[in-house]
Amino acid sequence: MTVTAPAMSTQEGQQDRIVNDFAIVAATVNGSGSQTANNTLIRALFKMGIPVSGKNLFPSNIAGLPTWYTIRVSKDGYIARREGTEIVVAFNPKTASEDVAALPSGGVCFYPDDMKFASMRDDVIYYPLPVKELLKQVNPSPKLRDYVANMAYVGALVEMIGIDMDEIIAALNYHFQGKASAVKLNLAMVEAARNWARENLTKQDPYYIEPMNETEGMMLIDGNSAAGLGALVGGMTVTAWYPITPSTSLVDAIAEYAPRLRHDPETGAATYAIVQAEDELAAAGMIVGAGWAGARAMTATAGPGISLMSEFAGMAFFTEVPAVIWDVQRMGPSTGLPTRVSQGDLLAAYYLGHGDTRHIVLLPGSMQECFEFGYKAFDLAERLQTLVLVLSDLDLGMNNWMTKPFEYPTEPMDRGKVLTAEQLRDIQDWGRYKDVDGDGIPYRTLPGTESARAAYLSRGTGHNEYGIYSERPEDWQGNLDRLWRKHDTARTLVPQPIVDERAGAKIGIIAYGSTDGAVQEARDRLQSEGIETSYMRVRALPLGQTMTDFVQKHDRVYVVEMNQDGQMQQLVRLHVPERAVDVRSVRNCNGLPMSARFVTEGIREQEQH
Amino acid sequence: MTTTAKPGGRPANINQIGLTQPDYHGNPSTLCQGCGHNSISSQIIASAFDLSLPPHRVIKMSGIGCSSKTPAYFLNRSHGFNTLHGRMPSVTTGATLANRTLIAIGVSGDGDTGSIGLGQFKHMMRRNIPVVYIVENNGVYGLTKGQHSATADMGQNLKYAGVNELPPIDVCIEALVADCGFVARSFAGDARQVRELLKAAMSYKGTAVLDIISPCVTFNNNDESTKSYGYGKEHEVRIQDLQFIQAFEEMQIDYEEGTEQIVQLHDGPTIKLKKLDRDYDPTNRWEALRLLEESREKQEMLTGLIYINESRPTLPEVMQLTETPLARLAPEQLRPTREQFNEVMAELM
Repeated sequence: MTVTAPAMSTQEGQQDRIVNDFAIVAATVNGSGSQTANNTLIRALFKMGIPVSGKNLFPSNIAGLPTWYTIRVSKDGYIARREGTEIVVAFNPKTASEDVAALPSGGVCFYPDDMKFASMRDDVIYYPLPVKELLKQVNPSPKLRDYVANMAYVGALVEMIGIDMDEIIAALNYHFQGKASAVKLNLAMVEAARNWARENLTKQDPYYIEPMNETEGMMLIDGNSAAGLGALVGGMTVTAWYPITPSTSLVDAIAEYAPRLRHDPETGAATYAIVQAEDELAAAGMIVGAGWAGARAMTATAGPGISLMSEFAGMAFFTEVPAVIWDVQRMGPSTGLPTRVSQGDLLAAYYLGHGDTRHIVLLPGSMQECFEFGYKAFDLAERLQTLVLVLSDLDLGMNNWMTKPFEYPTEPMDRGKVLTAEQLRDIQDWGRYKDVDGDGIPYRTLPGTESARAAYLSRGTGHNEYGIYSERPEDWQGNLDRLWRKHDTARTLVPQPIVDERAGAKIGIIAYGSTDGAVQEARDRLQSEGIETSYMRVRALPLGQTMTDFVQKHDRVYVVEMNQDGQMQQLVRLHVPERAVDVRSVRNCNGLPMSARFVTEGIREQEQH
Repeated sequence: MTTTAKPGGRPANINQIGLTQPDYHGNPSTLCQGCGHNSISSQIIASAFDLSLPPHRVIKMSGIGCSSKTPAYFLNRSHGFNTLHGRMPSVTTGATLANRTLIAIGVSGDGDTGSIGLGQFKHMMRRNIPVVYIVENNGVYGLTKGQHSATADMGQNLKYAGVNELPPIDVCIEALVADCGFVARSFAGDARQVRELLKAAMSYKGTAVLDIISPCVTFNNNDESTKSYGYGKEHEVRIQDLQFIQAFEEMQIDYEEGTEQIVQLHDGPTIKLKKLDRDYDPTNRWEALRLLEESREKQEMLTGLIYINESRPTLPEVMQLTETPLARLAPEQLRPTREQFNEVMAELM
């Protein structure tokens, strides 16, 4: 068999080597098992000490539609989505032409040699792979053929860009949790492809992998798993949920780890309950009922679920019941793009419910925060006796991110102001909704408290300080005023923004959630162009004094976000109205994670005007 | 076979836990005078007193509507949650998972259960949530001034809404096909039967559904309405004569084979069913369905214990939850140890 790769127009072998600073995209068919190949690649690269990030761009489909998995290697440690990839694995005939067309000049294409291109680019290096021949050698059972076929590109990449084979083996062992037959079969394909490439392909591209020492002591995890672990460490006792992309794997993580972490060692009984509800309405009702009765209750959902939960969100706010909703955001409105990322639920979450409703909203921006907010959300919900929404997103929740291992919590749980029967004995005049401490947070009792004075009736209707039905204007107004006082208390209790001010910076960047990586990279680029920036990453609503100070210190601020309406920009403008015109927006809403280029260009362009 | 109950050594107006009936009272009702719901509230008070339920262990749950206001009118020493329209089942599910030792009494109406809450009603029964679920059924929306509800019989004629042309949803049939293990129907005008059924339901371990025809004196009490007092007085047909017998008094139950049937509940109490006109076995689900279909065709007000079967586990049992309520677990039971946690971290590396 002979293979001829189209010759490059540039001088082969004489170009500069590009090491650990490029991106690879694997274009495959959804449901073909390419996830194993991609996970193996990214873990092997990560274990070689190279900073990596993986972004899975997948369709809302069981099998058959195109999917793209991008792995970025960055010696400088940048992890945001990169616009443009240098290497494409074109394993999906339906998208191959487009995938190749998207390559930059000098890009590289790996493809199965039986795939026909209408035309070949002469500025692209093609590496054809005899996938069918290799499959014959490896000879997997028919139902595993498609899965194993994908390992061909792993083997070819190992050989052509220099990935450490030992790390591939280790990654396969990790992926299959030591299941020897699966490791053996997949490894056979990797080795067959690698050997074939060694004998038949000539390296013509400049892209190389070299070991580094930048990931020592770190791990790769997705935000949904991090959140699930955080919830279990945080004493979650009731999870009620309804399956919805991209939040499902959050509850899967809870269900996976709970049997190990949360069973009574003596009796073996569960110290938690997980209920798959009939819909998101019921899921929300269950966590409100559980929170009311004293459980640490949560659900995980996405935009359409939030819509259905709005009536209980309003009720939790008004009856002052602690509960936690994780909203792993996907693109809306409506069903939207179920498998694409957005930050479009910010305003909906903050104001979820009719009437004047406001909630605590946490905005994790890293794996560490997905984990931490997993337990802190319960502390805040119980301290403030209210609903806490945690807005993650598809990029954080479902993609692999590098992180330091999580720390075991140092603080004890905060169960909030709950009165026991003994405490009630010493209190002359207990009213469920009385503001005794002046912070707007009343004292509650739990059902089952053995006291003739503990009981009260929770209701979504107007009530006085004792929970008795009331339509009196002063009762209603007084109650709402107290709820607003409580919201002000929340400003000081929620995770505060992280601020990085640079000397001489006239402009500030405000961002939150999964855009952090893109903003950090963009700041470095802007700095190299002579534009110095300060940066504030918001971690919760309501906004507080730090936001006011940050806006006041800068000539202009740019709010970076992924939604159509500039939702955080609107909140910042409301928060610092006297500077509203100086609060500008850099936003995209196309379903793709934020990139450094988009942020850089967005700010540069507005600075030039 | 005869024995009599051992005479108790306490005065009749004090129950086993030393409480009087007023200790089970609520606030004064704000419903219309004569409303069927008020008599049901009275029977809830009487039943809880008779059974010596510890008020602090009871939770009173409701949805939205006239019926759902009533938890304010009984058991003031019990926590309560007047939830959202049709959503009481889900809130009760959460509450009983959080604390499996609570005794849940839910009050709903025909709109709350038969229309907006039908889905949650069915799923509550499917999960066998431990709750006494009372439907105060009057066939009409009262708070919005007189629309037909989904349980209104064909031909029900209302001043506001005219004649109902659609067939009714039968709460008891819905309960039966959802595998509910305690299904009963009663009439608010039949206080004794309501009380006996309530006591049986409060002693049953899973979901117990009581569909109680409870006339709306303001909007739907013409004698020709199948949900009126007049109609009930004329047309109520009792399936059996029933008597609830508590477990705490050591006794042998005297019954006549052939005309009486004994149903034993899980921790001792007994329901004695005396046969009336028909030979009916309430442990047979097929018979129960047939009976309901036949009585529906006849527009009978058929009351009594329609079906009982305590074999299905409740949700907390299915989930094998700790006996200690989840809400009462100590922090060290809720947070894994540092060693357990570090083990997971090590695996992720």
